[in-house]
Parts: sequence; C-alpha cells; structure tokens
Amino acid sequence: MANTRSVGSVLLGMVVAAGCAATPTPQPQATHAANVVPVASPYPSTYQPKQVPPTLIRGATVLTGTGERLDAADVLIVAGRIKAVGRNLQAPADAQIVDGHDRWVTPGLIDVHSHLGVYPSPQVRGNSDGNEASNPVTANVWAEHSIWPQDPGFTTARIGGITAMQILPGSANLIGGRSVVLKNVPSVTYQGMKFPGAPQGLKMACGENPKRVYGSDKKFPETRMGNVAGYRAQWIEAQEYVRDQDEYQRKIAAGEKDAKPVKRDLRLDTLAAALRGEILVHQHCYRADEMATVIDMSKEFGYHVAAFHHASEAYKIANLLAENHVCAAMWADWWGFKMESYDGIPENIALVDAAPGGCAIVHSDSEEGIQRLNQEAGKAMTAGRRAGLAISPEHAITWLTANPAKALGILDQTGTLEPGKMADVVVWNRDPFSVYALTDLVFIDGVVQYDRAHPAPPVSDFLLGQPAAAGVGP
Amino acid sequence: MKRVLACLLALGVIGSAGADTVLIRNATVHTMTAAGTIEGDILISDGRVAAIGRGLQAPAEAQVIDAGGLPVTPGLFGGLTHLGLEEIGLEPSVDDYALKLGAMRPEFDVALAFDPASVAIAVSRGGGITFAVLSPSTEEGGGGQQSGTIIAGQGSVVGLNGEPTTYSRALFLDFGGDTSSLAGGSRAAQFMLLQQAFTEVRSPKLLLPDDQRLLTPAGRQVLKDFIGGAGVFVFNVDRASDILQVLAFAQREKLRIVISGGAEAWRVSSQLAAAKVPVIINALEDLPGSFDAVGATLENAARLHRAGVRVAFTLDEPQPHNIRKLRQTAGVAVANGLPWEAGLAALTRVPAEIFGVADRFGTIERGRLADLVLWSGDPLDVTSLPDRVFIGGKLQSDRSRQTELRDRYLERVRNGTAR
Repeated sequence: MANTRSVGSVLLGMVVAAGCAATPTPQPQATHAANVVPVASPYPSTYQPKQVPPTLIRGATVLTGTGERLDAADVLIVAGRIKAVGRNLQAPADAQIVDGHDRWVTPGLIDVHSHLGVYPSPQVRGNSDGNEASNPVTANVWAEHSIWPQDPGFTTARIGGITAMQILPGSANLIGGRSVVLKNVPSVTYQGMKFPGAPQGLKMACGENPKRVYGSDKKFPETRMGNVAGYRAQWIEAQEYVRDQDEYQRKIAAGEKDAKPVKRDLRLDTLAAALRGEILVHQHCYRADEMATVIDMSKEFGYHVAAFHHASEAYKIANLLAENHVCAAMWADWWGFKMESYDGIPENIALVDAAPGGCAIVHSDSEEGIQRLNQEAGKAMTAGRRAGLAISPEHAITWLTANPAKALGILDQTGTLEPGKMADVVVWNRDPFSVYALTDLVFIDGVVQYDRAHPAPPVSDFLLGQPAAAGVGP
Repeated sequence: MKRVLACLLALGVIGSAGADTVLIRNATVHTMTAAGTIEGDILISDGRVAAIGRGLQAPAEAQVIDAGGLPVTPGLFGGLTHLGLEEIGLEPSVDDYALKLGAMRPEFDVALAFDPASVAIAVSRGGGITFAVLSPSTEEGGGGQQSGTIIAGQGSVVGLNGEPTTYSRALFLDFGGDTSSLAGGSRAAQFMLLQQAFTEVRSPKLLLPDDQRLLTPAGRQVLKDFIGGAGVFVFNVDRASDILQVLAFAQREKLRIVISGGAEAWRVSSQLAAAKVPVIINALEDLPGSFDAVGATLENAARLHRAGVRVAFTLDEPQPHNIRKLRQTAGVAVANGLPWEAGLAALTRVPAEIFGVADRFGTIERGRLADLVLWSGDPLDVTSLPDRVFIGGKLQSDRSRQTELRDRYLERVRNGTAR
C-alpha cells in the first residue's frame, strides 16, 4: 500500500541521493553545438502504433464508456481508430474478425494512479525511484525520468486490460513533481510509451505523509497547517514567475529593447504550467476537510484540481466535489492503514458517483490492484447497490474508462468507444465485473497487445533467463 | 437502511434476532465435509446445526428464512492477520503485533493484546468472516527501538463474534531475503540461529553462559512445548530453495509445520506434498516483488492443488482492515485454474485443519456450532455479499462503524448537502 511504500522509499531515497553524486562523464558535443536549439517539448513521445489491418468484433455485449450498453453489437476498428459501433456492421475486405459471442467489450481501462516503473518489481533499492524525498517541494522532478520500462508490472497490468495510465511521483512531498501519462505498450524507453499529446500532471500530497517524512526529523512541515503554508508559499512564487514571464513576453511583443528573459527555474516551470492549466493538478488527499481546504487554495491562486487521489472521505463532500468539477480517484475497500484512512467505506465510489455531476474514478496505486480494476469496480458497484443506489454495468465502466480519461485530459482521444477515438479496446470472456472475468484480447491503438489464446514469452527483459520464472509446473 | 429494514421485516427476522431456532430453507449448502454440497435446509438450534436435509420440518418456535436456492457456506477464514492487534496502521499506540526487543522471545504471545472490540471485527464479519489467525510480525527497529528476530512470536485462532476467546496456538517464523537483516545479514544465519535455539531446548547441558544464550527460560519452555506438538510452526518463506531448507529442518527436528507466503511453493510442490506440508498463499502474487518471488504466478494455488498440497489463503500483508478481500483472492485463484470447491476449502476447512480447530470452524456439520453465511450469490465473486452471518447459531448484526458512516452520508448525498 501507499503508506508502507512511502516510508520505505524515503529511507531508500536518502541512500540513492547520497550515492548518485558521481561525476558525469564529459560528452563530446562541440561538433553539433551549432545545431542545438532548445526543444519546446523535451523528452517527446516516440510512440507510433504499428499499422495493422482493420478488426471487426462481432456480436458482443458492448459497454461504450458513454453510459450505453449495446447487446449483440459490433465494434469496427480501422487504422487504429474506432470506426463504428453498432449492429450488423460491414467488415472491410481485409478485416480480422473477432467472434464476440458471449464476450463483453469495453474501452481500455485507464489507471490515474500508478507507480509502475518508478517503484517497479522487484522492489529492490537499486530501482526504488518514486519519491525524491530530499525536500518537501520537488516540483522540478519528472516521474518519467525514473521509469524503468522493464517493470514486469506493465505486462500484468496489460493482461488486466489497462491500456493507459498515469505514473506519478510518490506522496512523500507536498509537491512531488510531474507525472506522465503512458500507453501501456512494450518499449525499451519510456518515450516509446508516452501518450502522444497527453498533458503531464503535477503530484501534490496532503496530510500524514509529508508530515511524517519531514516532521519526524523536525523538519518542515510537521503539521497540516505547515503543509498548507508550504503549498501557498510555492504558489506565490509561481504567480510572480508567471507575471515576470508574461511581462517579458509583453515587452518582446512591444519591441521594447530592455526586455530581459526570466531566469529559467525547473521548479517554477512546473508550477507556472500548473497555474496556466497546461499541467493538470492531482492531489493525494484522504480527509474531507483537507480536500475542502485544497479547493479553497485552488481558488486563492486560480488553478483547478483535476482529481483528489485516495480520497477516503470523498463521500462526505460528494456534492462539494461535484460542484467544483473535481474528480475523486478511490479504492473500492481499503481503509484503516493509517489514521487519515480510518473513515474509508466500500460505498465511497458509489456515493461520489451519486452526487449530481459527480466524477468517480477507480484507481489502484498498486501493482496488484492495477491488474484488476474491473473487480474493484465490481465491488464498488455491489456495495452501492446494497445501499440502494441503482448502478448499471454500462455506467460503472465509466469509473475506469471515461472518467479517468477526463481527469487526465485525454478524453478526446480515448476512454470511450466513440468513432474517431484511439482503438483502445478490451474483449472480456464474460461480464467484466466478475472475479472470474479474464481479458481475451487487449487492443491499443487497434494493435493486439495481449491475446490470451496466444501467450507470448515474457515482455520484460528482467524475466528472461530466470529459471524460476519459467512457469513449468507439475 | 430502509431497504435493509424492509428485507428483515419481509423475512420475519426482526424482533427475533438471536433466536435460538432458525430454519434456512432452500439453500445450496456447501458443507465442506464428505457430505459435499446439499440442496436443502439447515436447522439451527441451541447454537448448533441440528439438521441438514431436504424438507426439514420447522419447529413451532423456529424463524424461517427462505434462501431461494442461494449458497450457504461455513463462516470464512480471515487469513493470518493483525485483527484486533492493529486498530490503525502507523500508530504505535494501537499497533501490538511486533516485538522489537532485539531478543528471540518465542514466549511473546499476541493473544494477550487482542481487542475483540476493534471496529475491524464487525467490518470483517459483515464480509462473511467468522474466524482468523492472530499473527505476530517481525519488524526492523528504528526510532530508538531494537529489531525483531526471526521468531515473531505466538498467535492463535480467534472467532469474530466479539468475544476474547482464543483457540489453539501457532509459532510464527520469518525466513528469507526480506528478513535476512534480522539474522545478521544472511538467510543462512536464520537456520544457524534457529538451530542454536533448538539446541538450547534439546540439550540443556550444553547451554552457553547466560549472555550468549538466545532464549530465556520461558522461551525455552515455549519452544519445547511447540516441539512437543503444542501448536504448528508457521514459516513465512517464499523462495523455492529456502522452502526446501525449511522442509529439511522440519524433517530433522520432526516438526509440524506450514509454509506461509510460498510465492515459489509450486516449484517444490512434490516435496511439499510428500512431506504433507500445507501452504498458505497470497493468491494474487504474480509479480517478482523480490528476488525470492521471481517465480510468482497466479497459477500457484492451482499447481499446488494439482500436486496434492493443501492450500489456504491469506492476504499479502497482515494488515487487518480489509481481510474481507480474501474471498476475492480465492475467486482469482479459481479463475486461474483452481477448482471452485478447493477455492472455498482454502477459505474454510483447510485453514481450520491446519490450525487444529477443524472441530470448531470451517465446516457445516450436524452437531457442530453453527458458523455459517447465507450469500446473495457466488461466495467467491466480488458481486456477491453476505445476506446473513451466523456465529454459534446467533444471527450477527450487519452493523459496523462503516455502515454507520455510510448511512449518515448517504442521506446527505441524497439531499445534496454533502459538502
């Protein structure tokens, strides 16, 4: 769970920080220097889906992610995009046909909260890269620079139907750094997984974790009021940075000769981008009262919180969240692993969802949970129904498809099976909310990235040649 | 709340909760005994299962529940857990599951710390769990505290009816890479230290001077009791080669043991089967979380079962709050090849047998105390919930701190005032 991880990783973070001060090897660069210009969007995505023939999935139960359920329906995928969803679709001549009889089709699942790659398996010190717990504010770090694409957890998540996910820094810090949205495709580099055009996120954290990590060493912050003072001081600096940058741009535009560029600062670059809405703010926050404080703070500084993560008490302020268009990303049933999660209940997701305009998201924060977000949703749906709330499967699927896509700023690209969107599609062997449901096929941009009928050798280099992983049983 | 009330009224339960005589009609009864699954009725009387069969007559005073064909199972197992030992994680004042004295103290018994009023108990009971194994953990020190040792201490079976009664005993040991730091930095030293402790018990004449001994006199007595069969040794260990070393040690010392963890147990399933050593696994473990678990697979349970090894389930962490998730892990094991009946047995009869409480927990049998659950559907599926939970023949309240919170805020969300 999140809490045990952050405790461990804090200690490890210290070791790593101390051990990483090796002298960088000078790189020969003189010959190309003349060609080097700053890149507006550095570390860009290199992901390009393979070109494959069209696919027609025929006669399945389709949950579109838009709240609709179509029985005995077809899904047509052409050139990596959803071409059509409906009955009796015509297959193009070269189409692969998938028999959807007795199968269910959903959009690819999206996890807004994962640490795959930054806290990979095996959880060894050498790969523990999720919390830069050397300062309570590390808006300058980017999670993508920690990702180990060989994490076997990417594969097991893909088998669970995950086609996209947000990889976040940990929650040791008030401001932990930038997150990245990935397509869950095999790649040697994280750039090869980067979701084209997806905005980055900013990870912030409420409550016990920053308090514990720094306060236990008598460092700032050691209280919740310290936490809030810590964020506010940063936003004030960021506002000044934005003002100075805007002023510089104004002067340049006006042709004023004394225009001096603002000295670049990685930390303030990130915070300024969040204030401008170019980076989406995701805040780890359990308690209702703290979420309300953060909403007020977002108004004080003029930014928007995309989602609260974990949000064990979101149900207590379901209307407040909905009115402020803030999503809550939650577990189905975890609670009690620390004081701020003591009031978590299994109806949390259903209650957030029940508020008019509510945006409920099922998230994992776990290399295990990410493999079965569908089951988490099944539990949440069942708990909600027992409380008397009417929740249909076609609605519940939005908790792990359209709603996370919305919180990540990629709903125009994926998250539903609407024509024109990326063909991120899962074919299940049965009702996906059952514990017995397995994915038969996982498409990402129309390409089959998992096929249960044709198991592939391990995707992760780590598992190659490991005798124990050979999987040969009695 | 209203819905629940309506159901209880419709079923004629209200006003007679805790009544001594209950007839559950038209159930699919998974007895988990040789009798197998019975489509029929169960009569509960004086806290016990008075009869199981078709067309049972309801005594005049009996409350009758029509199950409508739904499943009834024995009350479920909650795994190896800190239930009643850890009210909240990360809060030392309510965390009593780990001894950090830096000394090997098998006499440490967490049952003394068990709080039957922990709110996690009613929550778990609402998930169909009626018994669990209190389990101590080893932890590293820090913050001025010493570390634990490879012997975590003793635990017991408890029921979830809010009473402090404990049943049977078990001694918990932590082996493998995760805890090599508790044995001077090598897993080889885990065996060395355990052997030394056994020598102190078995050969008192060879005792070293006081300051070089591992055990206190009380510790020697406890270990002697366990060697003599007072309870099972639970070895928490994952790597195949470590499991084989544990099997060899147990054979040499003639111990009754069980493996917990066992991520790579499937790799040594024939040896486990031959030694008749059961395994308590986390059925969700399929990633190489450590180098000890490189062979982790969702088929662990299925492969062990196929090889004739008895399998029970526990969660990956002993954190007690969400042990109701255990039946989901059984469902996942079934989805990955374990027969359904074996999945349910791993949550009922098998753990009861492993911990020597099969006469009290884990089956539905005539004459036995009635711990059973009526389900809204397949008990291993996430879309089912318990409809009724009986412990010792008494219908348990479905209220918990969580249902109180739910009902308070459900009302506010409905009124649009949750803010």
